[in-house]
Amino acid sequence: MTIRTLRDYGQHYRPRMACLKNVEVFVVEMQDPKSGVKGADQKLNVTIIPHVINGQDVLAWIVTKMKVTTEEAQAFGTMLVAYGYIYPLQNHRKLVLVPDSTLYRFQTPYFWPVQKWPAEDIDYAIYLARRNIRKKGMLEPYEQQHYDNLHKWMNPKWDFIVMQATEQYKANKERKKPDRVVLDCQERAYWIVHRPPVLTFDVVRRTNIFLTQALMRSAVKSSVSLTAFVKFVTTHHNHDPFLTTPVPSNPWITDSDEFWQLNSRSVDIPTKLSVERWVLSFWELISDPRGRVDFKLFLKKEHSAENMAFYEAAEEMRWGAASAIPEKSQFIFNTFLKPGAPRWINIDGRTMGLTVKGLVVPHRYVLDAAQTHIFLLMKKDTFYRYLKSPVHKDMQKRALVPAPHVFTDAQLEANVRNRNPGISPILQWQQEEEEKAAAAVAARPIDVKAMVATNKLDRK
Amino acid sequence: MNSPPHFICTPFSLMACQGLASGETLKSLKAESETLRKKLEEERKKLHDVELEKVAEKAEALGELNMKTRRTLKGHGNKVLCMDWCKDKRRIVSSSQDGKVIVWDAFTTNKEHAVTMPTTWVMACAYAPSGCAIACGGLDNKCSVYPLSLDKDENLAAKKKSVAMHTNYLSGCTFTNSDMQILTSSGDGTSALWDVESGQLLQSFHGHSADVLTLDLAPSETGNTFVSGGSDKKANVWDLRSGQNVQSFDTHDSDINCVKYYPSGDAFASASDDSTCRLFDLRADREVSIYSKDSIMFGAASVDFSLSGRLLFAGYNDYTINVWDVLKGTRVAILFGHENRVSSLRVSPDGTAFCSGSWDNTLRVRQEGRGVGRELKQGGTTLYG
Repeated sequence: MTIRTLRDYGQHYRPRMACLKNVEVFVVEMQDPKSGVKGADQKLNVTIIPHVINGQDVLAWIVTKMKVTTEEAQAFGTMLVAYGYIYPLQNHRKLVLVPDSTLYRFQTPYFWPVQKWPAEDIDYAIYLARRNIRKKGMLEPYEQQHYDNLHKWMNPKWDFIVMQATEQYKANKERKKPDRVVLDCQERAYWIVHRPPVLTFDVVRRTNIFLTQALMRSAVKSSVSLTAFVKFVTTHHNHDPFLTTPVPSNPWITDSDEFWQLNSRSVDIPTKLSVERWVLSFWELISDPRGRVDFKLFLKKEHSAENMAFYEAAEEMRWGAASAIPEKSQFIFNTFLKPGAPRWINIDGRTMGLTVKGLVVPHRYVLDAAQTHIFLLMKKDTFYRYLKSPVHKDMQKRALVPAPHVFTDAQLEANVRNRNPGISPILQWQQEEEEKAAAAVAARPIDVKAMVATNKLDRK
Repeated sequence: MNSPPHFICTPFSLMACQGLASGETLKSLKAESETLRKKLEEERKKLHDVELEKVAEKAEALGELNMKTRRTLKGHGNKVLCMDWCKDKRRIVSSSQDGKVIVWDAFTTNKEHAVTMPTTWVMACAYAPSGCAIACGGLDNKCSVYPLSLDKDENLAAKKKSVAMHTNYLSGCTFTNSDMQILTSSGDGTSALWDVESGQLLQSFHGHSADVLTLDLAPSETGNTFVSGGSDKKANVWDLRSGQNVQSFDTHDSDINCVKYYPSGDAFASASDDSTCRLFDLRADREVSIYSKDSIMFGAASVDFSLSGRLLFAGYNDYTINVWDVLKGTRVAILFGHENRVSSLRVSPDGTAFCSGSWDNTLRVRQEGRGVGRELKQGGTTLYG
């Protein structure tokens, strides 16, 4: 009587041998070059894999050979895949026969389950060790668990295992790439059958945490969110060039880029359509560069430009380079947050306290609370005052409604020949940076002492 | 150079990895999963009080759409895999299988810059918000940033910067709101946020159980989330700050090839190998619409919305582009012209046109063409009016 220990994994996975002898005969017939399933070379990403068959052909062949219905043939085909006689090339974990153009290959007889060679743990350990070397320590979680377990109870043999794995790894590297890819596919398919991935407890735990959080999160009624979509589409209908012809004309149709010129950041008077879009929401207003310019003008008149300046500085820090964070946070603190700062922003005591505390060890999200507060302030209060302000109302009156272009055929032809190359975005960016720097200098508070020192305030 | 990424461990992943507490078994955890899942389904069902089609009845019907190709960009020697628009609304960067990345001024059809990558299959490319750089990557498992130069003769490869490092191919990349950060997705099942200047990994996002094929950054005012789709048929929404997966949708039957946010940021669309495109409502936390037809059997590779969100453009592996009415769920147009799979499709930043890149080595810029008709032949590039 043989004693099976709990650690004898092999026996759990070894399928029953007797019935498979018939299957073996069947599979050999399938591979017959004349009367079997037709195979071809298939290009997978960059390597060409030889002798590839597709699911449809396999199914058709089984139906003809066994004289059964498609359903039965499907079930049988899936069994062939499940036992590892045929393996899928791409979705290697899903062991089913898909009756379409999904690609498969016949498993080499060396790896057939009916072979008396059991799927020994030691071989699996060598395989995992080799995979570990190749993937530089990045095994899949179930593989990692198997690896750790094997390492625990095979510890005395571990040096031998690692040595074997290294040797095999080096030998593998000598092979040609297509051979390597094929062999890797075969081996991986074999071990998927004989050591199927198990659901480890940390994966289940993670799912549970995710589900608990999902339950805590409040969701909105469909009627509310779907109505919001319809509203969005309706309000933006006139601004969508695919639904409403843009004025003066769509540059791609008439080859005249006037549409882009009229909507650019530096244009004096914006178009009526742009102004209408700014009214839709605060976000639309500041997303449009021309709109932002207008809003800043209004803020300057109100003497509350520091809010927008703070928002922009915080955005820059959040999306900027990691190395610039300490410097930027210092600048922001000195300019906007410290008591008596030249452009002090008015936020509630609690947020201010949290922010200043966080700035001791600045990270890119340290200003999030303050930034959100300022953004909401501008969105809920300043924006509405802007809409009622003379700056905005004046702009609405002056906004242009360009006449739609009416080009003759000759003019269109001329447009095609004279397509405006426009300014390179690189030059535009440089211009904007220069403007920003100039604005920053202008916004700096006047140092009275320095001016007195240079006698500029001398009234005599 | 090949240092392993340091994982930023959230309190939740630490919780998950702790050993089994007393009384806990794998079975009990799985049972808990089932209960939680059922509870979540019940809660969501209560909020599911109306279908999109019903609400969309109020919306006006669309007129007939007549799209024409306005520009055909020829110059790639092999399959075009990815493309992106510049914020100036006229420049495009495109990458192809032979390793070439080209920057075009699509309006004049001139090629402005060209870079040859040291790898083939450049599956992802992106234009920086400033217009001064491009990012690209593919089978080299990296994402590299190339600053663009005004000097036409300058060798751009000299100033190349390797930013992202994955352990498998790069499937998607995008800049965030500035040139200084890049978000990447990879075949190794993770997405990651990188600092361009130092190449430092800022945050990594784990949760997909197979290759991550696509990602898109949210356009909302908070700008804190992004959505990714993968071969595991799931679309996951992530929080950039914490690295956590905040929402997950797994109704697709096959790999998700492309995800795109709705212009308002409250929903997103996905294109999948199961030949359907779907719309997911983020606030109600469910799928609200499926865009499919019996006659469409091939996988959808790429999607994008028009500016108002009324139209959904989708490129398919059967060489066509289908245009869907997002609200009513019907197809409004089918566009032909490409001679091979449409691999990538994007609407321009101001919505004036959309560009599709294909395995037939060309890119086509298309727009609605009412009444303007003129066919010209000029120097090798055919223009259709």
